[in-house]
Amino acid sequence: MSFFKRLFGKNKNQSAEQVEKKASLDAGLEKSKKSVISRIAKVFSGRRKIDEDLLEDLEEALMMSDVGVDTTERIIERLRKRAVWEAYLDQSELINMLREEIAHLLVGDDIGHALTNHSVFSVDEIDSGDGPAVILVVGVNGVGKTTSIGKLAHRYKSEGKKVMLGAADTFRAAAVEQLKIWGDRVGVPVISQGMGADPAAVAYDTLESAKANDIDVVIVDTAGRLHNKVGLMSELTKIKSVMDKIVPGAPHEVWLVIDGSTGQNALVQATQFSKATDITGLILTKLDGTAKGGAVLAVCDQIKIPVHYIGVGEKMENLQDFHPLDFIDSLLPESLDDK
Amino acid sequence: MFDNLQERFERAFKVLKGHGSITEVNVGDTLKEVRKALLDADVDYKTAKTFVKNVKEKALGKKVLTALQPGQLLIKITQEELTELMGKAAAPFELKAKPSVILLAGLQGAGKTTHAGKLAKYITDKNRKTLLVACDVYRPAAVDQLQVVGESVEVEVFAEPGVIDAVGIAKRGVEYAKKNGFGAVIVDTAGRLAVDSKMMDEIEAINKAIKPDESLFVVDAMTGQDAVQTAKAFNDRIDFTGVILTKLDGDARGGAALSIFSIVGKPIKFVGVGEKMDALEIFHPNRMAERILGMGDVVTLVERAQQVVDEKEAKKIEEKIRKNKFDLEDFLSQIQQIRKMGNVKDLLGMMPGIGKALRGVDIDDNAFNQVEAIIRSMTPKERSMPRSLDLSRKKRIAKGSGTKVEEVNKLLKQFEDMKKVMQMMNKGGEKGRGRLPMPGMGRGR
Ligand SMILES: Nc1nc2c(ncn2[C@@H]2O[C@H](COP(=O)(O)OP(=O)(O)OP(=O)(O)O)[C@@H](O)[C@H]2O)c(=O)[nH]1
Ligand SMILES: Nc1nc2c(ncn2[C@@H]2O[C@H](COP(=O)(O)OP(=O)(O)O)[C@@H](O)[C@H]2O)c(=O)[nH]1
Ligand SMILES: [Mg+2]
Ligand SMILES: [Mg+2]
Repeated sequence: MSFFKRLFGKNKNQSAEQVEKKASLDAGLEKSKKSVISRIAKVFSGRRKIDEDLLEDLEEALMMSDVGVDTTERIIERLRKRAVWEAYLDQSELINMLREEIAHLLVGDDIGHALTNHSVFSVDEIDSGDGPAVILVVGVNGVGKTTSIGKLAHRYKSEGKKVMLGAADTFRAAAVEQLKIWGDRVGVPVISQGMGADPAAVAYDTLESAKANDIDVVIVDTAGRLHNKVGLMSELTKIKSVMDKIVPGAPHEVWLVIDGSTGQNALVQATQFSKATDITGLILTKLDGTAKGGAVLAVCDQIKIPVHYIGVGEKMENLQDFHPLDFIDSLLPESLDDK
Repeated sequence: MFDNLQERFERAFKVLKGHGSITEVNVGDTLKEVRKALLDADVDYKTAKTFVKNVKEKALGKKVLTALQPGQLLIKITQEELTELMGKAAAPFELKAKPSVILLAGLQGAGKTTHAGKLAKYITDKNRKTLLVACDVYRPAAVDQLQVVGESVEVEVFAEPGVIDAVGIAKRGVEYAKKNGFGAVIVDTAGRLAVDSKMMDEIEAINKAIKPDESLFVVDAMTGQDAVQTAKAFNDRIDFTGVILTKLDGDARGGAALSIFSIVGKPIKFVGVGEKMDALEIFHPNRMAERILGMGDVVTLVERAQQVVDEKEAKKIEEKIRKNKFDLEDFLSQIQQIRKMGNVKDLLGMMPGIGKALRGVDIDDNAFNQVEAIIRSMTPKERSMPRSLDLSRKKRIAKGSGTKVEEVNKLLKQFEDMKKVMQMMNKGGEKGRGRLPMPGMGRGR
């Protein structure tokens, strides 16, 4: 029960840091956020026992957040069982069960532990020995790879890291130019060869240069590609193996960027990109819009890849750590409010 | 070779036994499957609900042809409904005014700039001199991007680098096109979120300033449930004339197309199928319907079944089964019907859920050949009274069909078994109603 207390004591006992983070999320999302509890309570009001209408409401809320049929049904099924077994007393406990079930999919088994001790990703975790930490950023077209890289560079630089970017999107019109502008904005060097160059060669150059310049963190941009294009996917594999030759173990991280408004295709994307490149983390973008990003639940659950960051705007500051609880809260209430 | 014969007899029997009409009960599971298919394709939750409800109402009471399961017929009806809806959602792209003004709007990364280029090429190919106008003043290198795109399709680009007044650029771009005898002018704009009211004000202002002949909402085919909200918001602001659905070269099913049409009633004019400038296609309603439902195989099967099954013949046989007068002659005609539908393995492979199970299993079409040969070597009388066969007759039949007496015996035994099963089923009434895979099909041993 102490876990429940923690969850519900949250609003009262937040640390200053948490309050600040929450405030910035709110600002980013520009959503009038009443307390989650009161919102859900509105939906639940007048209902004491678990009934089909109620479950249908929950189902609808999840579905409309792009959680998808399979995952939603699993959540609801587990909720139904638990509600019976644990003879829940009031609505808030049921809501809590729901949050726990979602958290279970998001961050793994030990829910209480994962949520209360959830540690945000830090670039310092990357073990790259003496050499630079190398991050390769991949994803389908237009999801926000380049922008996220600009934001990451900004963040790592302000953490005191020496950052370098590699412009390995040599395909899309003005992609190199776009990354260069980000480099200027943030104040980090960008290694490029111009349009049409071999992306693996750009990656090679970038890592060589990073080694020579004592860089801490290297982030390599790639062209957007649809995961069903075999040739383009194997190009990624090639980029990876070239990197490993210059910095053993590189890339240490491969991050898949997923557009928050993506529906059920997100899981296919994650599956296919994982096959080609062993994705180690996710960045979920464009959460400043009306889309909820619920499709990422299935990705975390089925492929066991953690979300590291979320994008909440087009400015370089608009990158946030991923907080499961905040995400869960943002996933549920608004759609429930629609009713 | 005869190992699965029993099963095939059963199957053949069921193929011919009709299922009356579509009822709420016998298509209950299929309705759920259809709904799931739509949701898996990212059709908006509420749209999917209404759509399934409408299909159900349309389908209830429809007579089910023999050789079909009610569920299969329902899927066919769903497909037809979807195609009709998508057909309504298709509209030609016509250029009348000179210059025709075209505005592109949508979320970030949807594909506006790329499609500005593709459209410019499309229109230029129709002998209209086209101008591209760069109004994305926000995204880094957005103007450069349009310039590169313009160069690659050999179309002039109107840009005012450094200027941040997108509305002004749009106005002056269109003016420039008018003065310089362009036949069309395409205005590329920055991506924006529906909740960003400042940016939504901007697109509304651009729209008012240039009064486009075509304003196209550009949307990514991978979009989930948010498609509806976004489309609504853009429609409220600029009352767009049509939709471009992009990135259909991916494997997303593109249910957003259905949602958007259902909610705002605006037609889909183009689809994007690649990053290159010629990867633009006219919208094909039937392809889209098939893609969204994702059950094309079942539909194909149903169509084939509908083509080949002779309803009168089927009734006759059903009658015989009921009266326990089903004989080898009838069996032969059944085999022929099944074969008309195509290769047995293909047919089974098309059934949802069965195709996978069948991978690696060898279904021998020749098994039917032998059965046919044996029956054909019998006289009509023998076919109607197989029990009357004595050894000498069996020897003759074996010889005539190039088989052995044991094989003739086996067939006869199997046939008797099958008749028992039929009688049991006659008594048992309708079993396995509404399940999508035909009952008894592809069951392993
Ligand atoms: N509102 C919002 N827009 C974003 C976010 N992240 C990226 N964008 C915008 O989305 C669009 C596409 O972003 P890019 O960074 O160019 O995406 P990309 O994945 O590099 O695209 P390609 O290289 O063309 O595949 C741009 O207009 C960005 O400004 C975000 O978190 N919120
Ligand atoms: N595969 C594929 N990629 C596309 C398609 N349309 C656009 N893209 C890509 O999607 C990304 C974003 O496109 P862009 O035109 O810059 O989008 P905008 O932000 O709406 O202007 C780019 O990488 C394009 O190459 C398409 O139909 N298929
Ligand atoms: Mg990019
Ligand atoms: Mg653009």
